[in-house]
Amino acid sequence: MTDVLQTARVQVLDEGRGLTQEQLVEVLNLPDETIPDLLELAHQVRMRWCGPEVEVEGIISLKTGGCPEDCHFCSQSGQFTSPVRSVWLDVPELVRAAEQTAATGASEFCIVAAVRGPDERLMSQVRDGVQAITAAVDINIACSLGMLTQAQVDELKAMGVHRYNHNLEAAESYFPQVVTTHSYAERWHTCTMVRDSGMELCCGGLVGMGESLEQRAELAAQLAELEPHEVPLNFLNPRPGTPFGDQPLMEAADALRTIAAFRLAMPRTILRYAGGRELTLGDLGTREGLLGGVNAVIVGNYLTTLGREVDEDLALLSELEMPIKELSKTL
Amino acid sequence: MSTGGPEAGASAAPYCDHCGERLDARAHDSCRRLRELEPPRFCPHCRRRMVVQVLPRGWSARCVEHGETRQT
Repeated sequence: MTDVLQTARVQVLDEGRGLTQEQLVEVLNLPDETIPDLLELAHQVRMRWCGPEVEVEGIISLKTGGCPEDCHFCSQSGQFTSPVRSVWLDVPELVRAAEQTAATGASEFCIVAAVRGPDERLMSQVRDGVQAITAAVDINIACSLGMLTQAQVDELKAMGVHRYNHNLEAAESYFPQVVTTHSYAERWHTCTMVRDSGMELCCGGLVGMGESLEQRAELAAQLAELEPHEVPLNFLNPRPGTPFGDQPLMEAADALRTIAAFRLAMPRTILRYAGGRELTLGDLGTREGLLGGVNAVIVGNYLTTLGREVDEDLALLSELEMPIKELSKTL
Repeated sequence: MSTGGPEAGASAAPYCDHCGERLDARAHDSCRRLRELEPPRFCPHCRRRMVVQVLPRGWSARCVEHGETRQT
């Protein structure tokens, strides 16, 4: 076992202290032949500090496309030539989507809108949607509506929104290559307001966007500093018409090293498989990640793309003897 | 229920529902592979961009001229 893995065994597994940014760079540079040992250690850390349960979530796009921001990975930006057209989901369809998600055994349902931040029309739709879902479906409701004001944070909390997603997206040093219409500091500000409000903070990012390994480690360290309840980890799925549309897919070995590194940076967080795993890791890699630090999944489809069959993911969790976290245990 | 694929549900339709180009203009094998993880984006009858809503289990795609297709 390498020096950094021996260090991590004591520091992270035994003591529950995440690796530093410098240590994470070492992890991300480990040779391929050490990946099984790395994943095994990350899995032990997850089991020790989080337990065997897996949190299952479904997501829905409430407002698709036409976003004024220029996040270079996103097909929903109105600034790029993309085949994705704008559409709003009505409240009855939103409730049906929550019912579909709850039927999978999921405890979380996240309502997402492609916006800079919510205006009154969107807040009104969210208000109606949350009320209707709460009345009809037994599931926690999360939201992802872009950058918030303090008043909007307070209102979402008052509505009963359980968790708020706002990703850092990339390391601070790489952020200007990913987004130019708003700043990393603005994102950080929304995250801290959410966290300080008492809502659970869901904050992650994307990897495979052309960042260096050092910047990937930087992102993990910056997320660890925020201490989010959940970290969704996305692997770039290059979207036609976006500035990152011609980026190559991330290598599976790099993706697995990244999963393990994120777990070793944040031993207690919910680390969720989010978008891109189907393309980057496939079936085998999905399994390896679940045995390498991941303890949450998005099941079903994503916002504009499709995921694996829900039943395949649920069967895999059953085979791995990883119970789905029950709703009652999330409250 | 549509099962996906550039020509799915529209065997006589001339356009690829993934890229919007004519089906007889070139091979669309890569479109067919990509469509396994993406909903249709173009109407296979008239190549208009469709209004697509992805749902946790399924999708709907609506062409202003040719109506709605759903996968559930």
